[in-house]
Amino acid sequence: MSPAARAHHRAAWLAAGLLALAALLLATGAGVGSTGLQSIWRALDDATARQIVLDIRLPRTLGAWLAGALLGLAGAVAQGLFRNPLADPFLLGSASGASLGVALALVLFGVSPLAASWLSALGLTGAAFLGAMAAVLLTLALARGVQHTLRLLLAGVIVGVVLGALGSLVTLLVPETLPAMQAFMLGSTGFVGWPACGLMAGALTLCLALAWALSPVLDGLTLGEATARSLGLPLAPLRLALVGVMALATGAAVAQTGLIAFVGLASPHLVRSVVKTTHGRLMLLSALTGGTLLLAADILARAWIAPQELPVGVLTAVLGGGYLLWLMHRGRGQRGAP
Amino acid sequence: MVEREAGCKASHQAISKKKWPFPGVEWSLLAILFDDGLAAWRTRTGGSGRLMRPMRDWGVWLIACLAVCASVPALAVQITDDRGVTVTLGAPPQRIVSLLPSLTETVCELGQCQRLVGVDRYSNWPASIGKLPRLGGGLDPNIEAVVALKPDLVLLATSTRAAQRLEALGIKVVALEPRSLADVRQVLAQVAQVLGLPDTDGQRVWLRIETALGTISQSIPPRSRGASVYFEVSSGPYAASEGSFIGEMLARLGSRSVVPASMGPFPKLNPEFVVRADPDVIMIGDENFAGLGARPGWAGMRAVREQRICVFPPAQADILVRAGPRMAEAARLMAGCLATAAPRLPTVAPTRQ
Repeated sequence: MSPAARAHHRAAWLAAGLLALAALLLATGAGVGSTGLQSIWRALDDATARQIVLDIRLPRTLGAWLAGALLGLAGAVAQGLFRNPLADPFLLGSASGASLGVALALVLFGVSPLAASWLSALGLTGAAFLGAMAAVLLTLALARGVQHTLRLLLAGVIVGVVLGALGSLVTLLVPETLPAMQAFMLGSTGFVGWPACGLMAGALTLCLALAWALSPVLDGLTLGEATARSLGLPLAPLRLALVGVMALATGAAVAQTGLIAFVGLASPHLVRSVVKTTHGRLMLLSALTGGTLLLAADILARAWIAPQELPVGVLTAVLGGGYLLWLMHRGRGQRGAP
Repeated sequence: MVEREAGCKASHQAISKKKWPFPGVEWSLLAILFDDGLAAWRTRTGGSGRLMRPMRDWGVWLIACLAVCASVPALAVQITDDRGVTVTLGAPPQRIVSLLPSLTETVCELGQCQRLVGVDRYSNWPASIGKLPRLGGGLDPNIEAVVALKPDLVLLATSTRAAQRLEALGIKVVALEPRSLADVRQVLAQVAQVLGLPDTDGQRVWLRIETALGTISQSIPPRSRGASVYFEVSSGPYAASEGSFIGEMLARLGSRSVVPASMGPFPKLNPEFVVRADPDVIMIGDENFAGLGARPGWAGMRAVREQRICVFPPAQADILVRAGPRMAEAARLMAGCLATAAPRLPTVAPTRQ
């Protein structure tokens, strides 16, 4: 068996393993919550218990997996697109944009009943999504397109910092919004329902399909931009499409679950530590890893101090960061940095 | 609960189970039509006999009772909350979850504490809610725990995402966020309405608050009037301006906040601003008091130098910073502070013989 074929083989096994683990966790997730297993036993004859299992636990469990998968995918796209192992889904300013969107929505809620009634249709979720998209568009405008990786990267960082500061300014000027903002920043899957799952599933399907189709560009880019261009790849439109994939995946996840740290950054690294493969497979595996990671973290967040709940974003940051650090040092001991 | 639904209400519920086929046409109107019809029939048949009258009277009586009973839903609960969303409640809710301390207090102050089945983790008054399950914070409530309690109404603040999610799960949600004295009055009226109580109940509680405020205001000695107050709500420092309900209460007590209303209700201040404003009295919560004198320049402030600082323990601070039905209590605390800490002003120096 050639090394490439062996890697493919390994990737397939990894994917199967991750899917099986996710399915197992999904089943576990249906049983974990503030009312414990009781809701499962009574689901057949008690309408409320059934509602808890079917309309609260299942969608939030699936939602955690979907959001994690979106972030994992976006992370892999970002790292491939920028050829930078530190790139994460929030690199183009979407996190700060989403925060600013939420902050503005919260302020407008308080200002006028008219705005409130208009906004309650849009919701904080809609505001976050629009904010994330606007931030990416602003980044693209400031970078004047996607031709220069470095310019795009810098514009993203600048937009992120500036919009983040504006968001803080808004909360500072209207301190009543401070706690609500904090709740958004910590990230939670507690408010995810079936419609949110549907939206995320749609976004994930679209993004995965696009990313798979565009993956040869990322493979070409690993050899450098000049080489990629000499291979005959129309870089600009393809990159724009990849930025679109990244923005959509991140925006969809952030809008539904708030800011969840580290899943997007860690997932591609975790995959690479197991198998070296092409970008198409990497993105797929990274999505599966991200989903499994966030799902596991979400179940832990629900179970750890039950019946209370930890914000899952806090948990992913601590656990994800710790695991990545361990991986890095283990890697250095054996064969240098991963 | 059983006693509540006795008599008229029980029959109303029995009626409302069958779907009334003419939305918009009230039962009472139908009763009038029917009564007219009965009268017309009586005239047509020429029946003015003794037999007919008691029967008709009895019928009118029955129909009138039906009409009164059935007009309950029309009187009852349709309310536009602070989100601008109009919520319709079929019957007065009996299992209520409150996710905002001031709303918890409002429900209890209206004498309906027994209808609460769960509260948020910050609700801590009255003591009778001590045993109720805590369902997380208002902004990060545990949705599953809320649903498990099978509430027929959830009261919460406007800024939480929980409202959308709970509504999607088929739970009635009313979002109210009192921020001023006028809001407290309005929220009392709205909550009374939601609970299916007569309007007078809300008015009575408000009147009690209003009367107490008046009495407390009168009791302030003239020498304690006219003081300028710096009220710190949290370290930052965030302060209560003249435009906040705390500022409004200070004004009622003859004092004023050093922070103008134009800066918003609870602005974050530059500490320098406070030094420059040089308030007569400082009101501050226990947890923010530590290190007050060590803030740059603050040691030189008159209020700090002369120890005109009222430090409120957490339980009292809760009363002061909640725009709820305990505002009279809050006013009493402020008045007590002003009486001891406000400087004697030369203009109202007591005259001696």
